[in-house]
Amino acid sequence: MKVLIAKPGLDGHDRGAKVVAHALRDAGVEVVYSGLKRTPEEIVQAAIQEDVDVVGLSVLSGAHALLARRVVEGLRAHGAGDIKVVVGGIIPPRDVAELRRLGAARVFPMGTPLPEIVDAFTKQDL
Amino acid sequence: MKELRAHAGFPIKPVYGPEDAAGVDVERDIGRPGEYPFTRGIHPHMYRERLWTMRQYIGFGTPAETNARFKYLMAHGQDALNVAFDLPTQLGLDSDDPRAEGEVGRVGMAVDSLADMEEAFAGIPLDRVSVSLTINGMAAPITAMYYAVAAQQGAAADRVVTTPQNDILKEFIARGTWVYPVEPSLRLVADLIEFSAKRYPRSNPVSVCGYHIREAGCTTAQEMAYGLAIAAAYVELMLARGMSVDDFAPRLSFNFTAWGKIFEEVAKFRAGRRLYARMMRERFGARNPKSWMFRSLIGGGGSAFVMQEPENNIVRGAYIALAAALSGAQTIALPTYDEAYTIPSAKAQLLALRTMQICAEESGAADTVDPLAGSYYVEALTGEMETTILAELARVERMGGIVEAVKSGALQAEVARQAYLFERKLVSGEIPKVAANCHVGDRPVEADREVEVYAFDPKVVESQLARLARVRRERDDQTARTALRRLSDGARGAGNLMEPIMECVQAYATLGEIARAMQDVFGEHKESVKF
Repeated sequence: MKVLIAKPGLDGHDRGAKVVAHALRDAGVEVVYSGLKRTPEEIVQAAIQEDVDVVGLSVLSGAHALLARRVVEGLRAHGAGDIKVVVGGIIPPRDVAELRRLGAARVFPMGTPLPEIVDAFTKQDL
Repeated sequence: MKELRAHAGFPIKPVYGPEDAAGVDVERDIGRPGEYPFTRGIHPHMYRERLWTMRQYIGFGTPAETNARFKYLMAHGQDALNVAFDLPTQLGLDSDDPRAEGEVGRVGMAVDSLADMEEAFAGIPLDRVSVSLTINGMAAPITAMYYAVAAQQGAAADRVVTTPQNDILKEFIARGTWVYPVEPSLRLVADLIEFSAKRYPRSNPVSVCGYHIREAGCTTAQEMAYGLAIAAAYVELMLARGMSVDDFAPRLSFNFTAWGKIFEEVAKFRAGRRLYARMMRERFGARNPKSWMFRSLIGGGGSAFVMQEPENNIVRGAYIALAAALSGAQTIALPTYDEAYTIPSAKAQLLALRTMQICAEESGAADTVDPLAGSYYVEALTGEMETTILAELARVERMGGIVEAVKSGALQAEVARQAYLFERKLVSGEIPKVAANCHVGDRPVEADREVEVYAFDPKVVESQLARLARVRRERDDQTARTALRRLSDGARGAGNLMEPIMECVQAYATLGEIARAMQDVFGEHKESVKF
């Protein structure tokens, strides 16, 4: 499995993204990290070029719904709708269902234990 | 017996005695409060003469909404402000920029032009209230707007007390609101320090932040080491401009966190104060005792808080307040218990303010200076912290110094590594978090989610866009364009850019236009992506 961990939008907090990237790498997953402040379009392009199975978006600014929708739609528009999108960050509980509806395969709100996130990837439970 | 370690890594013994503090030379290492090397605090009588300033971090939505929350907290005894700006503002994007979509007014107040700053501070006398501006990459234009509003209010320049954060190095390490490459970013930091030192003698033109680097995952000792290294880098920047150290160093200030183990945090600040004093006097030759003083906001650490049973965070906040008071803070700010969920509610903000007030008025923590001095444990810890901080400073030097370490990404990689180690300790339970990894209750997580979540109102964006359009329509376009051209010309040269920025601001050029005028010359930072 190959994963792109990405920071869309303007949010500069990358602790969570990097921790998840480290943990996945330690669990044997191939991980690419986008760096900060990528546009949804840049993330879609990177996901296709890197031929990843999953894109993990990390958003702590509150703009998660808009940004996740853009990435999901972008992947579909480029015929890459089979690439799964998961979302983590400061996701208020009431937004989890909305993100699922927008096409996020899994949502990991704040407080999700790290092993639960890693398991979801390694057991392909996405 | 279970082995315990400080967050800085060294072991903690079950008992300390006189032998542990035997190496301490009381005169040389501890001294008296208000005297070099300030281990015990920077003032002789500390809180008996002046309590710490209470300064909650506030800002959301439009300038008008933020203004109302400012006034609410001031009515309840908060004596100073700390302004949060939204991400487009922090990155120099106007609210109508496509990249700002979804982010306007989210994590702070939206500012597009001087008109917004006028509204944010309407009815708040800027010659009497001290205001911190949490702004870095855009510190120069936002502080210029602040100075312009103060002038409009008729505040004398020597009465204006503002602290723009203006610490771009820690943004490259931790917080991410960089715009330009490292060198021009540092130039802007220095421009604001120089301009303020000459024109606004009571403003604190930089607040060096270990805080955000700690929030990003580094240890206590690294937090202090990186903060001291960043401060030294800014001092060198100003010396290279021909300023004398005592012309600006008395107004340098700091922003650190105190969320960890209480005694370790106290030791960190005691060690940090004496290391800073020695650095300023011995390495940089400062003669003014005010140049030797490590003046710090000590605060929060939302990373200490967890989402399970969020009310427990109120208790954690009280311990942070106690640690900050025992550490000799000049200013305290606390995270709010709902921080893991949302933009703080008015209720949560008030609780944080009340927590500090209870600590100040009821607990006795403010009754006497540095009450932990002379404790075998705390003096031994202070020495251990000093040794560990110096070791971390030496590691930074091996990375080529703080500026090179930031450019190469080596420091960012080290912070990320520490964050991962910390997370693993949370998973293993080595670092306990009540109700999260120990004493976990049987209350379903859903029951914890009854926090009042800030309802973001899409009308915020509409009203901000309308204000921006009105500013563009009503200003004298020619004047704004001329000012912007002069700014770009200035950026090509080597002079201080604050005057041309002031000119742009007063012509109601927008923040996005000002940022772009500089970006056309400076270009954009390319992040070194390492994890």
